[in-house]
Amino acid sequence: MKVISIGLSTFAEGLRQQGASVIEVDWSPPVVPLKTHTSAGVSIEDANHEAVRRMMQSRPMLTGLGLAGGVIPGLGERTILHAGPPITWDRMCGPMRGAVIGALIYEGLADLPQQAEALAAGGQITFAPCHDYHAVGPMAGILSPSMPVWIVENEPFTTYSTLNEGLGRVLRYGAYGDDVYARLHWMVEVLYPVLADALVQHGPLDIRSFVTQALHMGDDCHNRNRAATSLLLRALGPALARTCHDRERLAQVMEFIGENDHFFLNLAMSAAKAMALPAEGIEGATIVTTMSRNGTDFGIRISGDPQRWFTAPSGRIEGLYFSGFSAEDANPDIGDSTITETVGFGAFAMAAAPAIARFVGGTAQDALTATIQMYEICFAEHTQFTIPALEFRGTPVGIDVRLVMETGILPHLNTGIAHKEPGIGMVGAGIVEAPYRCFADAFKAISTW
Amino acid sequence: MAIHFSVRSGFYADSVLLMAVARELRRLEGVHDAALVMGTEANKELLGQMTELNEAAQSAQPVDLIVMIDAPEAMLPLAIEKMDSLLSAKPSGGNDPQAPTPRSLRSARRMQPDTQLAVISVPGEYAAAEAWKALYSGLHVFLFSDNVPLQDERALKTYAAQNGLFVMGPGAGTAFLSGTGLGFANVVPRGKVGIVSASGTGLQEVSTLLAKQGTGISQAIGVGGRDLSDEIDGIMTVQAVEFLQQERDTDVIVAISKLPSRRIASAVIEQLAAGRKPAVVIFMSRELSTAPEGVYVTSTLHEAAVIAHALATGGDVGQARQQYTQQLAALALSAAEWRANLPEQRLYLRGLFGGGTLCEEAIGIWSGCVGDVWSNAPLNPAYQLKDSQHSQAHSAIDLGDEEFTVGRPHPMIDNELRIQRLLKEAADPLVAAIQMDVVIGYGAHPDPADDLAPAIARAAEHLPVIVSITGTDDDRQNLARQRTLFEAAGAVVLESNALASQFAAHLAGGQRDTARLS
Repeated sequence: MKVISIGLSTFAEGLRQQGASVIEVDWSPPVVPLKTHTSAGVSIEDANHEAVRRMMQSRPMLTGLGLAGGVIPGLGERTILHAGPPITWDRMCGPMRGAVIGALIYEGLADLPQQAEALAAGGQITFAPCHDYHAVGPMAGILSPSMPVWIVENEPFTTYSTLNEGLGRVLRYGAYGDDVYARLHWMVEVLYPVLADALVQHGPLDIRSFVTQALHMGDDCHNRNRAATSLLLRALGPALARTCHDRERLAQVMEFIGENDHFFLNLAMSAAKAMALPAEGIEGATIVTTMSRNGTDFGIRISGDPQRWFTAPSGRIEGLYFSGFSAEDANPDIGDSTITETVGFGAFAMAAAPAIARFVGGTAQDALTATIQMYEICFAEHTQFTIPALEFRGTPVGIDVRLVMETGILPHLNTGIAHKEPGIGMVGAGIVEAPYRCFADAFKAISTW
Repeated sequence: MAIHFSVRSGFYADSVLLMAVARELRRLEGVHDAALVMGTEANKELLGQMTELNEAAQSAQPVDLIVMIDAPEAMLPLAIEKMDSLLSAKPSGGNDPQAPTPRSLRSARRMQPDTQLAVISVPGEYAAAEAWKALYSGLHVFLFSDNVPLQDERALKTYAAQNGLFVMGPGAGTAFLSGTGLGFANVVPRGKVGIVSASGTGLQEVSTLLAKQGTGISQAIGVGGRDLSDEIDGIMTVQAVEFLQQERDTDVIVAISKLPSRRIASAVIEQLAAGRKPAVVIFMSRELSTAPEGVYVTSTLHEAAVIAHALATGGDVGQARQQYTQQLAALALSAAEWRANLPEQRLYLRGLFGGGTLCEEAIGIWSGCVGDVWSNAPLNPAYQLKDSQHSQAHSAIDLGDEEFTVGRPHPMIDNELRIQRLLKEAADPLVAAIQMDVVIGYGAHPDPADDLAPAIARAAEHLPVIVSITGTDDDRQNLARQRTLFEAAGAVVLESNALASQFAAHLAGGQRDTARLS
C-alpha cells in the first residue's frame, strides 16, 4: 500500500512495519487556508495550470540585436529604464543612482556626475521599470536609448535586455567613470555590430535550448552562466568568422565573451521574460509572473492581476565578499535577474549547479536541498528544464502565492551583491529570500477575488 | 525554584512529540516541572491552570510553541539543550532515509504519484482542509483527527461518496485495508470477515477476538464515530457495506457502532439483510434486539466476534451463543468468590477506559447488574458526571474523551493520566473493584504493562483490578507477555472487555439486581 501520512509519526511507523510505502509530510499549521476558487467560481487550480503551461511551452528565440531607442516601442529619448518595481530618483539606492549617472553621461546628456545628478533630480528624465517595456536588466538594470539590446521573440511577445558588460567596475553594479564609458562605447561600436552580423548570418537561436543544455552542464543560468556562454560562443563561432573580416575586432569579441562567464545571463533573462509574459493576465491564476528588485524595494506581480506590484523592502543578502569588502558594504537585493527563478531556473535549479553553493559556504547537498524546497511552493515541475542529480526531475516552476503562504517557505534567489555607494560596483555574490510581505499582501488581494 | 517561559514563534510539533519531550525534561535531575504546548487558546488555558502565564506565553499564537520549565536557573541551559536535541528529530521522507521531507501533501504526492491513501492526524481545526486536498487529488482518506465540524464531515463524505472514495473518520481509530492495519490496528490474520465500524476500539476488539479464535479479516473500514448519526446519515457506512457485499474475499459482514441514530441503524440493518452475505450487528442499543433473517444482532463486541467466527467457519450460531453464555456464567461464579473476600463497605465499581466504545460497553453491562452508572460519557444523560476528575458511586470514565486529550496524548499512547487516576480511585475505601481496558498494537504504547504494573500492584493490595487486553500475540507488545506482566502485578486479566465488565459487575457490593444478570 502507498500512503501519505500527515501528522503523528507513530501512524507512519506502524504502516512501515507492515511494509507499506509511506511518505511523511513535515506538516505545520498553514498560515492561511487554501483558496481553490474565486468568488466568480473560477478554479484557481485550472487557471494556474494554464499559467504554468504557457510558461513551459514558451520557446523564446534570439532573433537579432538593435539599439534600444530604435527597437523598444515607446522608449523616449529621455527615458531611462531601471530594474525592479517603479521608483523615483530620491528613493533610488546608491548603485542605481551610480548607474543612472553613468548612463546619462554615456548618453551625452551630462558631462559630469554632478550635472547628471541634477538632471535626474530635476524631473527632466523619465524613469520607468524595464518590465514596463518588456525588458529586463541585471542588478541596477539601467537601460538607456543608445545601448545595444538583445531582441528575443516568443510570438506574440518581444523582449529585450542589454549586453552583459562583465564583472568588476561595471554600470549595472553602479560604477561610472571613464573605464565604464570606454567599455560601453566599445560594446556599441564593436561588440554590437559584430554580433548582429553574425546572428543575421546564423539565423535565430533557440535560447530555451541553451538553458536546457546548460542546466546539465553545471549552470543555473543566473549566478553561473559559464556553460551557456560557452555554448553560445560555440554556436555563433562559424558565423562570427564568416561575417567579421577584421580579425582584431573578431578576436576582441571572442576575448570579451570568453572572459565573461556571465555573458549569457542577459539573454537568459530576456528569454525568461519572454516565458513569463504569456502567463500574465489569466483570471484566477495565483502564479508569480514578475519578481524583481530595484535595490530599495522588492516587488512581485501575479498572473491574475498582472499590472499590480506588491512591494516590500529589499532583503539583505547572505553571501561571500571580494577581499576588502564585507556585509557592511552591501546594498540590499537588486536586479531583474530573478525573472529566472520566476520561470523555473536560477536558484530554483540550484541542484543543477552545485559549484555555486560555495557562494554561501554551502555543500553540494545544500544545492540539492535548495531546489527540493522550492518544489513546495511551485505549482508544477518543468517539462523542459531537468536536473540530472534529481533523476532528471523537472525544475520547480510557477511560484504559487497560495503555497508560499500555506507553507511559509519563501523563494530562494541567487544574486550578485553591489556596493551600496554609487560608483564602486560588485563586491560579492550570494543568496537571499524574497520578502514575506510581498506574498502576504498578494495573498490578501487574492482573497478578495 | 523559578518558572521560566519561552515562546518559539512559528515552531510546530505535534502534541505526542511535545508530551514526550516534556516528560524527558521532567526526568532531568532538578527539573521540577516542564510543559511544551502549542499556543492554542485551549492549551493556554490548561497551562494557566498549572501556573500563571507570562506575557509572552499569553500572547502566543496557535503556530507558536510555548515552553514552560520549572527549574533552578542553573539547570536551564542543560534542559534547553536536551529539549532542542529532542525536538530536532524530523520525520523522514518515506522508506529512503536520504530522501527529502516534503512539507505539503501536494509535494508528497509528487514524490509518490501512485499513492492511494492519505492518513491525516493533524489537529482537528486543520484536518478538513488537509482532507479536502487529499480527496481533490483522488486519495482515500483515513482521518484520525477529532474535532472536525459536523458540516465539514458531511461535505467531505458527500464528495467522497460521489467520487468513489472513502473518508474513514473523522475520529477514525482503526482500519484494515487489504492486509494493512491503519492507525491503532492489531496484527490479525487475513480472512473472510469484513468489518465496518464507527468505533476504532470496537473494531480492534472484534478483530482481535476473531484472531484469537483463528478467524481473519478481509477488510475493515472505520467510518468515524458520528457516521451513523442523523447529521451524517451513515454516508460512509452505507458505502462500506455496499463495498463489502461486493468484495470477493468477504463472506461475513460485521457492523459496529455505539448508539447510532435509530433511523440510520434500521436502514443499515435493512441494507445488510438485502445482501446475500450473513451479517452481525453490534450497535450497543437495547432497542435493536430483533433483526431480519441473515442479520444477527448482538449485545457485546465479544458476542459479535463469537457469532461472526461461527458464520465464517460454517459453525452453529445457536451453539456459539450458548457457549458464550456458559462462559459468562462461569465468570459469575468465580467473581462471587472474590466478592466474598471483599469488605462490606467496598461497594462501588470504577472503570478507567481508553476506548470510548469499551467504556460504553462496560456501562451497558454494569448497569444491567448494578443499576445507575455515572460517567463523563454516560449512556443515560441523567448520569453525566459533574466533574470528570471525581468519580461518584459506580463510575466509568472515558479517559480518551476530548476533555482529557486536549494538549496531551491519548491514554492508549501515554499512561500517565490513567496511572494517576488509578492510584486515586484505589485510595477510595468505598471502591470494590477497578476495571481497565488495555489496547495494544500499532500506534499504542510500546509496553503498557511495564508502565502500568507498579500502580496496579499498589492498587491490587486493596482491591481487585480487572484488566482486559485488546491485542494479539503477533502485536509487538505481545499479548501473552502483557498478560503475564499484568497478572504478576496482581491484576485479574480477562479475554475481552465484555468478560471483564461482567466479572467486575459481580464484584459490586450492596443490593444487586441478580434477575437482570445474563
